[in-house]
Amino acid sequence: MASLVGSRVERKEDKKLLTGRGKYTADVNFVNQTFAYFVRSPHARAQIKKVDITKAMKAPGVVSILTGADIANDKIGGLIAGWRIKSEDGSDMKVPAHPPLANDTVNYVGDHVAVVIAESLDEARNAAEIVKVDYKILKAVVDTKDAMSSDQIYKDIPKNLCFDWLLGDRTKVKEAFEKADKVIKIDLINNRLVPNAMEPRAANADYNPSTEEITLYTTSQNPHLARIIISAFNGVAPENKLRVIAPDVGGGFGSKIYPYAEEVVCSWAAKKIERPVKWVADRTESFLSDCHGRDHVTHAELAVKNDGTFLGFKNETIANLGAYASVFGTVTPTYLFGPCATGVYKMPAAYTNVKAVFTNTAPVDAYRGAGRPEATYTIETLVEKAARELGMDPAEIRMKNFPTQFPYQQTLVHSVDSGDYVAGLNKAMELADYKGFEKRKRESASKGKLRGIGLCSYFEACGIAPSPVVMMLGCGIGLWESAEVRFNPTGNVTVFTGSHSHGQGHDTTFAQIAADQLGVPIENIEISHGDTDKGPFGYGTYGSRSLTVGGTAIVKACDKIIAKGKRVAAKMLEASVDDVEFSNGEFVVAKSNKKKTIGEIAFACYLPGTYGEVKSPLPEGEEPGLKETSFFDPANFSFPAGSHICEVEVDPDTGETKVVKYTAIDDFGTIINPLVVEGQVHGGLAQGIGQALYENCHYDETGQLVTASYMDYTMPRADNFPDFNLGFTCTPATSNPLGTKGCGEAGAIAAPPAVMNAVMNAIGTEISMPATAEKVWKAYNQNKKRNSEAA
Amino acid sequence: MKTFNYHSAKDVKEASKLSSSNSAYLAGGMTTIPSIKLGLASYRDVIDIKGIKSLSGIKVSGKSVKIGATTKHVEVAKSKDVKKAIPSLSALAEGIGDPQVRNRGTIGGSIANNDPSADYPSACIALNAVIHTNSRKIEAEKFFKGMFETALKSGEIIEAIEFSIPQKSNYQKYPNPASRYAIVGVYVAKHKSAVNVAVTGAKSCVYNDKDLSKALSNNFSSSSVDAVRISSSEMNSDVHASAEYRANMVKVFAKKAVEAC
Repeated sequence: MASLVGSRVERKEDKKLLTGRGKYTADVNFVNQTFAYFVRSPHARAQIKKVDITKAMKAPGVVSILTGADIANDKIGGLIAGWRIKSEDGSDMKVPAHPPLANDTVNYVGDHVAVVIAESLDEARNAAEIVKVDYKILKAVVDTKDAMSSDQIYKDIPKNLCFDWLLGDRTKVKEAFEKADKVIKIDLINNRLVPNAMEPRAANADYNPSTEEITLYTTSQNPHLARIIISAFNGVAPENKLRVIAPDVGGGFGSKIYPYAEEVVCSWAAKKIERPVKWVADRTESFLSDCHGRDHVTHAELAVKNDGTFLGFKNETIANLGAYASVFGTVTPTYLFGPCATGVYKMPAAYTNVKAVFTNTAPVDAYRGAGRPEATYTIETLVEKAARELGMDPAEIRMKNFPTQFPYQQTLVHSVDSGDYVAGLNKAMELADYKGFEKRKRESASKGKLRGIGLCSYFEACGIAPSPVVMMLGCGIGLWESAEVRFNPTGNVTVFTGSHSHGQGHDTTFAQIAADQLGVPIENIEISHGDTDKGPFGYGTYGSRSLTVGGTAIVKACDKIIAKGKRVAAKMLEASVDDVEFSNGEFVVAKSNKKKTIGEIAFACYLPGTYGEVKSPLPEGEEPGLKETSFFDPANFSFPAGSHICEVEVDPDTGETKVVKYTAIDDFGTIINPLVVEGQVHGGLAQGIGQALYENCHYDETGQLVTASYMDYTMPRADNFPDFNLGFTCTPATSNPLGTKGCGEAGAIAAPPAVMNAVMNAIGTEISMPATAEKVWKAYNQNKKRNSEAA
Repeated sequence: MKTFNYHSAKDVKEASKLSSSNSAYLAGGMTTIPSIKLGLASYRDVIDIKGIKSLSGIKVSGKSVKIGATTKHVEVAKSKDVKKAIPSLSALAEGIGDPQVRNRGTIGGSIANNDPSADYPSACIALNAVIHTNSRKIEAEKFFKGMFETALKSGEIIEAIEFSIPQKSNYQKYPNPASRYAIVGVYVAKHKSAVNVAVTGAKSCVYNDKDLSKALSNNFSSSSVDAVRISSSEMNSDVHASAEYRANMVKVFAKKAVEAC
């Protein structure tokens, strides 16, 4: 049987998803269903003086209205920050209480005040309009940069400062900067983004009074995590009385890793009223209440020698956490950001200092790339600026500072097991026809357009590991993954994974792996995920971890199956276990024609006997059945890397900027399914280019979200992109037996600096993201004016 | 969404009879339906006029193009007759929104709504359109009164829009990258007697830029645009574009339109 690993197997899940036969949380309806609508704060910051539900309770169809007082009375715990961060001075981070329904204060527009539960959604919404909330409006803190010097939002959190974190060595950096020929400085903003999953968040909780069990359907990337949080922290039900199902989920990009207030409230309310409670966000609610991404203000400096050698790097960042510390809100701007700050380069000295601040905006958490796009954007725009100031080619300065020996121990944290950055950049320059740029620039000029080229060489760290180390650093969960491989008696296979697929194509990629390992046709393999009652505990899908961690767990479980199969085959074939070899789904006794298929072995394991005589195919002491479980905790992260080259055309009259050529060379180690991986790269690039040119989450000074719909929040569309030129290099990862590295976030990490470097190359001056037409137009004209005045 | 009574009118007379101060006509529903869903508008009665045959269709004569009110954007965009008579008008229709909007949205709906960023109002001004209603004819210059405001009286129904065929014309816009409505749209039309330069997106209501029109009437070349000063004082300003940018873009797109004529 030919190996499926490496082949472009079409996605098994697409037929269902593309023909409208997916089953999403909003599609689930229980008997006696009720519908929830949340009363949300219209103010960014206010005291709640009174919530009056008297009139609303009498509205048609209303079943129940629950408030912060009710949730406090029932002692339902607050939402949690999942990662403890210590400040440079050794003190613990400071976080505010985050009740699922606000009790005393509301802290962002969209904050949850009460829930109206009614017989229909319309009735719930109409009644919600007449819930009377008496607010005392307070001055909102909105701006990231000014947050520390603004009004104090929480009594116990001075300067609105959650923590002031340091990674690296300030003294060594100081010494390195003293030796520098030149110091390159940059000030930048990493713009706030709204995740915009295609499927809005939803929850539907059903309580069974006879078993006292809650079944919660929810849009989650991580149903097991939702269960443990809602049980252990919110205290809604014991873990064994809470089943969480994340059925088909339409994208997450990080925003659905953890449970929100709505899931907690629906589960609690369903138990309280003994009726199923369903909530489905509308798009405005998604804009207001999904956790947002990015939102950094950064000052960074790079110490260089005149020949372009890097000596040291510092990064001073203010990260906006929003109104509350969300589950991965505190780790995203620290351990996911700081260790990647020096990029792909040899950097003898470095530090990253992050001040994380609270503001009266929606909580900020992981969004595709989570910390690594922010790190990469800083170093890659700084390196490009260094090349400009030193008069070097941007490719040359990168090549000069790449490490060439692997494993490579970086200065800050990471021990990068494998990579070939030189090969990646060379291949990108070749595929992009880097040398031909000047000619293309002249062609653009003849049409009145300014053409620019920008590079980005990135690496990232994904599949966070190993659990004991990350837990030592403050992580509240483990980061291993589980798999259970279950042969059914008739020889087909169900593979349970603790990861979750919400667009990544696990049904296909994981089946390819299992098919190769077990020698079973791919159509006989079913991948099962997303239900805490099926398969073992797992940690879900985010941070480009599922294949390297979860895929490896599948391989390890298959290994156990094969080991058992060998023992059973040896007994059945009357051979020594050591003489039994397994390949292509067959157990063969060496140097003989004696063999059993794995299907025959499975059958024998489940039906261990023979008609007419007492004879078991199982060796003495061997248990019947054929099902194995594995938990895999990798020894290290995986470190994908690559080089992207972007070309843009700018219309100097209007500032309109278009990406006209985009080349991406990525090293994802071994690729299981190129079709799926290319799709992941395309999606990441769309979001990365979106951040660079289009997307911007904008609050006004009172904390109202101005960009709260697609009329104002610019989602990139297909016509904003050229055909992407993709290519790959391969240095297999050594931290997992498949040799794979994460691929889900690469595009979103690499594209923003590549695009922005191209824009700045085109207009000859610095500009912040997103490079909208007006900003480009203004920057270009101001620069032109400055240059003509100087001349 | 608040509930409402849905009526499907069989002719203009019935539609008119059903209308009240608490009703809305429904054609493509591209604005009315989202407004109702978002709670920005509510009506007791919604009167669907899509089924009224006399309101739909395109008639081209030697001097004018007359388009029925419920004619969809896609029909205007695809019409060979329109393309031949006023190519810029079919190009404008082709550039409205996205395929879903063009397959449902109607010219009458667009004009009755008079969104300050809509495309069609600029065509009406530039092409000296006459708006035919069930009770009168209104010149375009007198039809568009202000933001979302028109000369239509309560219950009055647009039946058709009649555009004069110019010698040459062109429409250029910078679409809002999010909504794809015009941030600035400039419709230049050279008629026998004079040139009209209609601008949409820039101010609270579509308008005929008299200075640009005059300059181009005197000398129809893009260099004439350079000499005209465009004030930003009444221009819209929002997260997508400042007044200053819009004022500049009026010039940039006027030049582009003249050059493309």
